[in-house]
Amino acid sequence: MEKFLNEFGIGERGIVKKITAEGKIKRRLFDMGVTPRAEILMRKAAPLGDPIEVNVRGYELTLRKSEAQCVLMEVIK
Amino acid sequence: MMKFALAGNPNCGKTTLFNALTGSTAHVGNWPGVTVDKREGTYKKLEEKVQIVDLPGIYSLSPYTPEEVISRNFILDEHPDCVINIVDATNLERNLYLTTQILEIDVPVVIALNMADVLEKSGDKVDVKSLEEKIGVPVVSISALKGQGIDELMRRGYAAAKKKREGTTVLQKSELFHLIRDVKIALAGQNVPSPLFHAVKLVEGDELEVKAHASAVEMVEAFKKIFSDDTFGDDFEALVADARYAYISDNFAPALRKKSAQALTKSDKADKVLTNRWGGIPIFLVILFAVFHLTFSENFLFLNGFGDGWMPTLEDLGMDTENFGVQLLACVYDGTVFSPGVIINNLWNDIIVGNIFGLITGAVENIGVEWVVGFINDGIFEGLAAVLSFLPQILVLFLFFSILEDSGYMARVAFILDRIFGKFGLSGRAFMPMIMGFGCSIPAMINTRTLADEKERTATVRVIPFFSCGAKLPILTAIAGAIVMQFGLGNADLITFGMYVLGVATAIVAVLVMRNTTMRGEVPPFIMELPAYHLPQFKALMIHLWDKCKHFVKKAFTIILVSTIVIWFVSHFSFNWEFLADEQINESILASLGMFVQPLFTPLGFGSQLQNWGWVFVVAAITGLIAKENVIATFGVLAACILGSALPEDETGVSYVVAMIDATGITVPALIAFIAFNMTTIPCFAAVATAKAELPSKKSFNWTLVFWVVTSYIVASAVYTIGSWWWTLFIWLAAAALVTAGIILFNRRKKAVS
Repeated sequence: MEKFLNEFGIGERGIVKKITAEGKIKRRLFDMGVTPRAEILMRKAAPLGDPIEVNVRGYELTLRKSEAQCVLMEVIK
Repeated sequence: MMKFALAGNPNCGKTTLFNALTGSTAHVGNWPGVTVDKREGTYKKLEEKVQIVDLPGIYSLSPYTPEEVISRNFILDEHPDCVINIVDATNLERNLYLTTQILEIDVPVVIALNMADVLEKSGDKVDVKSLEEKIGVPVVSISALKGQGIDELMRRGYAAAKKKREGTTVLQKSELFHLIRDVKIALAGQNVPSPLFHAVKLVEGDELEVKAHASAVEMVEAFKKIFSDDTFGDDFEALVADARYAYISDNFAPALRKKSAQALTKSDKADKVLTNRWGGIPIFLVILFAVFHLTFSENFLFLNGFGDGWMPTLEDLGMDTENFGVQLLACVYDGTVFSPGVIINNLWNDIIVGNIFGLITGAVENIGVEWVVGFINDGIFEGLAAVLSFLPQILVLFLFFSILEDSGYMARVAFILDRIFGKFGLSGRAFMPMIMGFGCSIPAMINTRTLADEKERTATVRVIPFFSCGAKLPILTAIAGAIVMQFGLGNADLITFGMYVLGVATAIVAVLVMRNTTMRGEVPPFIMELPAYHLPQFKALMIHLWDKCKHFVKKAFTIILVSTIVIWFVSHFSFNWEFLADEQINESILASLGMFVQPLFTPLGFGSQLQNWGWVFVVAAITGLIAKENVIATFGVLAACILGSALPEDETGVSYVVAMIDATGITVPALIAFIAFNMTTIPCFAAVATAKAELPSKKSFNWTLVFWVVTSYIVASAVYTIGSWWWTLFIWLAAAALVTAGIILFNRRKKAVS
């Protein structure tokens, strides 16, 4: 099943399929290891619901939901 | 002398390694044109001295942040003899991503594999030998923290530096490799140094490269037309990033065997509590309160409850306050138990600076020439003492915030608060500098360096003074006290609190306006690492504090001192070059200037309507530029001048303000407007000097001064007019609505045009 990273529930896991962002944000995501085929685990949301914290390539990354919306994922069951 | 550059990700132990390499030779400067720290030092344990330059922490050599551009330009243009790439073994995958880019430059590289010992403890192991074979440059396992492996690292780096190295790429298997090779050959033909690096970046469509090597862009564009990948289409940037990560996971898979993502480390457990959905914000508020309480509280253990103190002062106990031991004791307890920050502050100001300056000023008295004594003692030394008096609490506050930063908690604060700040067009990181402003604007402004976006940083530096600092509190309490006493109005604490709220409200409005007009820009992206928590290191903290201390003292003795002397001069000389005693301030150049500009302050309530003595408020505001405490001290001098005799010493300054009210007939709204003016206008010289250093350009600094003057003028006149004639509220609201509508319309049109 495909969905965007911002729609992930806590503890859900998936593989990055595609980055739909452009320019600065796209490059930043790549540089931080959010590239196609990377595995991502949704850790938690901030107390006010945004941003979110995920585990990617063995470290903790935080990003806003608006940025996570640019990351298309394939959910791992 | 050889020159080595130190490059690596943020939070990988780079600063620790730098400190271990350079020891006491390190010094901090700025990279030209940007406010990013440039650390340099010397390594002396080889047959030749080696200069070490610490590049900013980066994740990539992309062209988007100043840190990345600095690092890349340094390696490309300054030709270091060797690049030490520090790699965090506990986070190999992301760290090697940067390595693959550095390797493409024609420069000798040695890899410092840090924290391999930490990894081993958790049962994993990196095979250094095989890593070295695959990557093709020396790899040395080190522990920056324990100082292990550092000499070997430098020996191998030194050996590598003696040989030339041609850039290598990990993109050989990529479909783009042929294109990269062709572009590289073309660039090499034009004698471009490091052709491989430039070729890869050109293929990525990197802005800086496209500008620099326009001729080669056509090749890339032509290739793009015939090329299409199933997954990435013609997004070469994505292809390259993917190829790098693919290479890393394919080749270092055995080395990457790390904890499964489910197992919780200590750091994860701490994070569960500290960024907890319900607990996160309360815990943060408690930590913040603790920091301020430890730094500024004069009622540390709450022994005096929350009202007036019941505990005896040392004098009440019949102790001899001239006795040195008693003076020492008074730094810790005097009718109330002081917090550590206040104790250090007392020791510094009362014992060290007080005594040393006391000795010097005592000796100067012997000179006998009145204006010389006045100039040296009141002009130079009192000015210096005023500035140096900030030092202890600035450093203590800085220490606490450094601990929070180094431990990794600050990143979580940004995480917790980003949502709120996003509404004002700022990122969560902007919170810390702002809240530090309540303590002192100086460390707060320096702290804005953690903000990546230049416009966000400028906007933040500008509003920091509105978060009323410790030195402005005496103005508030003295005037609020006098209002209650003289007009029998309200409650002093309530007025004080109200003024703080007014400051914060001004800051919010100012940020909103700036982010929609001059400082327009997208909310900066918030894609950042949340580093694992770890205990801050004592040595690193001390080095950090020492740098700040040096920086501040240098400022105190140059720009701040000069400004202070100028103010002293104009307040102690008449236009006839006649020296004036303190009480004759009404004949001074400053008073004349005050009278001259007095009419300008009429809308603020302390201008022409006060007639003869109206200038006193203007003059007090000007002396406040040295240090905001001076406003009330000046009131004392002016009161003596008005009454013809000095008032009894009054620590709170309430009686001085009362004397001013009697002499001038100033109204309550005008007094409040005066507080508002002082809170939002140009801060003290020390803060102004810091703002100048932290802002990106001279131009933006000049505009910042204008911004402060204009903002304070508007806020204070609004306070005065609405306070005096309530119906003017509607005029102000209408004006605000008009401006808002104007900005919205302008932005909409601008958007439509672009």
